[in-house]
Amino acid sequence: MLALASPALLVILLLIVLPVGWLAWQSIYHDGFTLENYRRVFTEDIYWRSFALTFEISLAVTVIALLLGYPVAYLANALPKGWSILILSLVVLPFWTSVLVRAYAWLALLQRTGVINQLLRYLEVTSEPLALVHNTFGTVVATVHILLPFMVLPLYATMQKIPGDLMQAGASLGASPSLTFFRVFLPLSLPGVLAGCTMVFVLCLGFYITPELLGGGRTVMVSMLVSRNVELYNQFGAASAVAVVLLLSVLAIFFVVSRFISLDRILGQK
Amino acid sequence: MTTKRDFRFGYALLGASLSAIGLAGTAANAAEQITFVSQGGAYQQAQTVAILDPAAKKLGITINQDSIPDAWPAIKTQVGSGKPIWDVVDTPTGNCLRGGEQGLIEKLDFSKIPNGAAMPEAYRSPYSVSYEFYSSVLSYSQKTFPKDAPNSWADFWNVKKFPGRRALRNHPFATLEAALMADGVAPDKLYPLDVDRAFKKLEEIKPHITVWWTSGAQSAQLLNDGEVDMEMAWNGRVSAVAKEGAKVSFTYNQGILQSTSLCILKGAPNLETAVKFLNEAVDPVNQANLPLNIDYGPGNPKAFDTGVIKPERAAQLPSEPANAAKQALMSYAWWSSPAGEAAEKRWASFMQK
Repeated sequence: MLALASPALLVILLLIVLPVGWLAWQSIYHDGFTLENYRRVFTEDIYWRSFALTFEISLAVTVIALLLGYPVAYLANALPKGWSILILSLVVLPFWTSVLVRAYAWLALLQRTGVINQLLRYLEVTSEPLALVHNTFGTVVATVHILLPFMVLPLYATMQKIPGDLMQAGASLGASPSLTFFRVFLPLSLPGVLAGCTMVFVLCLGFYITPELLGGGRTVMVSMLVSRNVELYNQFGAASAVAVVLLLSVLAIFFVVSRFISLDRILGQK
Repeated sequence: MTTKRDFRFGYALLGASLSAIGLAGTAANAAEQITFVSQGGAYQQAQTVAILDPAAKKLGITINQDSIPDAWPAIKTQVGSGKPIWDVVDTPTGNCLRGGEQGLIEKLDFSKIPNGAAMPEAYRSPYSVSYEFYSSVLSYSQKTFPKDAPNSWADFWNVKKFPGRRALRNHPFATLEAALMADGVAPDKLYPLDVDRAFKKLEEIKPHITVWWTSGAQSAQLLNDGEVDMEMAWNGRVSAVAKEGAKVSFTYNQGILQSTSLCILKGAPNLETAVKFLNEAVDPVNQANLPLNIDYGPGNPKAFDTGVIKPERAAQLPSEPANAAKQALMSYAWWSSPAGEAAEKRWASFMQK
């Protein structure tokens, strides 16, 4: 077993563990041992603000993705096979388009002279174009779009495993459809909710291109601090300290979540 | 040039390693050769026609080319390793100065570079010679301002007289200079920058800035799509958008004249040839050929005396003497000083407040 897994382990060691370890080492060693990079991260306002904003955006994106994704997964689960395949393909389809292209597509939709603003003015709903992009709002919208599949797929996988008989049993005992849903189906789907939320939240923490293109320069997420720090301090250490703090936050989230649900489940197994 | 000052570290490393692989195969022939590095794209193509090919022919050398969006990390890595691969780099002037101070760039012997020695002192440093000029200018939509267009940074700051949406670059370079000029400082009295005063003035315009752009492409898109009515942008970007039919224009008045320079890596493998090339690269005629191929101005002002650049063309270029006189010449010496670096760090907290 170990022999079979060893090529994969080697790849992970070479491509993930070593570079991350090297970066982490740079954050504490530059012409001698130093904690300067971490002192900066924990004492300067801008880092705190960026981390706070990043967590706020991630939370908003997760909640919206859940509200949008749950009905879609529910429908894909409830409808006959043909329909569910169609729904799931539509969910997965955007995966084949680059994140960059999708960000620009949102720009074309949301900007002042964009499709949505033109339509609203044509219909005389608004007289002035709305500020839909170059701010946190535009960033959240596009990020939700990109991360939605990571919510829908775990939800669908979990729902697939809920036996349909249970719903019938509930109905035969006289429960209304909504009561059966809230008392039987929803609780059984909660592991999928947790898995989807964790995936979306964690992935969102590291978003870079979307806020960079759609945030108007004001939405400074942690990943942008990483790139800014390389430029500003001309050394990896200043940047990797930020990355290390972010990585540790992600690991902490996984640790807490793993107390409630097995990690295999989040990553789509079983 | 399209990616000037854009920072993509991954590409930088990739470029450096690719060049290492590429060169290992070609070394050890040809009498004299150098490796020249610029920023790629249409800009490097224009140089090849205007400067690199003629220089190679005249000197009888081979010029190997490489390109990288931001040379700085690669300069550090290559010189740090003790065996640099590159000889001559075309990079924003600040990198040459900073590199000189940190021992990464060779000090130039101007007795061997007569073309450089003949250039005005503000156009060279002990480590570098100006290679080409571009400008951070005030650009605007002619649809919004068919006449009485904004013509100074004071106008840009005047939201009553010139209502409209605005964009500035998400970077302190040129932006602090513009703020000070808006506050009444004369273009030739900017340095050392009064950083407190500049940030105070920026706070004033901040609520009216719709977008803080990060890449040249983004600034062009904002102007082209009518997303903003006026913005600071690089002159080449604005003229490219105008050429494609958008109703946009710009003024050189109070533009901030910026340059890239040529410098030689410390311990460059072909130092002597590199120095010879440097002299040829800033030769007035070669320099005059550059703006015939791309919208950037020659680094050597003598290029305008050669007769190669027609007066109509010269009038469009940022470093043409009459245009240059309207602008502020960026002091890279100040920006790479401790005060300049402190101002660069202060930018981030300004943006987030």
